[in-house]
Amino acid sequence: MAATATREEIEGRVFSALEEFGAEPDQINPDATFESLDIDSLDLVELAQIVEDEYGVQLKGEDMEDVKTVRQAVDLVMSKLG
Amino acid sequence: MNGRPDGSALVTGASRGIGAAIATALAREGWPVGVNYRSDEDAANAVVDEITSEGGRAKALKGDVADTDTADALFAALEEEFGPVLVLVNNAGVRADGLAPMIDDDDWDKVVDTNLSAAFRLTRRALRPMIRSRYGRVVNIASIVGAVRGNAGQANYAASKAGLVAMTRTVAAEVARRGVTVNAVAPGLIETDMTEGIAENLLEHVPAHRAGTPEEVAECVRFLASDGAGYVTGVCLTVDGGLTA
Repeated sequence: MAATATREEIEGRVFSALEEFGAEPDQINPDATFESLDIDSLDLVELAQIVEDEYGVQLKGEDMEDVKTVRQAVDLVMSKLG
Repeated sequence: MNGRPDGSALVTGASRGIGAAIATALAREGWPVGVNYRSDEDAANAVVDEITSEGGRAKALKGDVADTDTADALFAALEEEFGPVLVLVNNAGVRADGLAPMIDDDDWDKVVDTNLSAAFRLTRRALRPMIRSRYGRVVNIASIVGAVRGNAGQANYAASKAGLVAMTRTVAAEVARRGVTVNAVAPGLIETDMTEGIAENLLEHVPAHRAGTPEEVAECVRFLASDGAGYVTGVCLTVDGGLTA
């Protein structure tokens, strides 16, 4: 049931979610680490829920373990949509 | 208090006793309520009828919480009809008493599966929509047995309820800053079918000199589920007439 979405759309949605979680907008870019943005594990749980709700992609804990940067998160979602 | 969003409440094991009283109390607070039951459809329908006769909304939902697929089915049914589940009351519980040497693996597993593992599965399913909504109330019905004291003949039950309280505290800390609270209520001696036969020899130890009622437990749950209890999380509220005081 995965929806189709472009990389730009996914990236934009991830950016807006990070902003909603309190990250500084001018600090958000693909190479930023979640740690540097003060995004913690609970924020990532919520990000996974957003992606599931809006793109039908299920992200499990093991998928998220190695995700340290914004780009890696977008890559992960794109690979699941693939 | 910021006001609660629209959504629904799910009470497991709600066809009778404490669960039925909780379902009725939450409906009076304006929540549409999922009245979960395992086998007694007539009793569950009677609870729904009582709620609807008072102008509330409710739906009977069959399902054994010990089955791993039940959580998803219950949530899907409620989400479709009433919106996201923002109050979850893990009340379904079973006993299979015996002195430890007489509790076989089936009696151990059955009690731990229903009282602890099922409560975790339901809580896990509930949390992400609650986190997204910035509002959620999980109330786990524990027991003074296990949570506060031991009781010979209930090693499985006590272990499951103590585990439930430990899970309550842990999850409460995890989700507190999203407006989601997780608490437990630990009833003492309450007049229900489940405590029939064990009440007599305990009553003399209860400072209140009487058993509690399901409604008195439900009132504690109503408070913990309320908007006003938003800063109360990770607690285990005993309601036992002073038995463990």
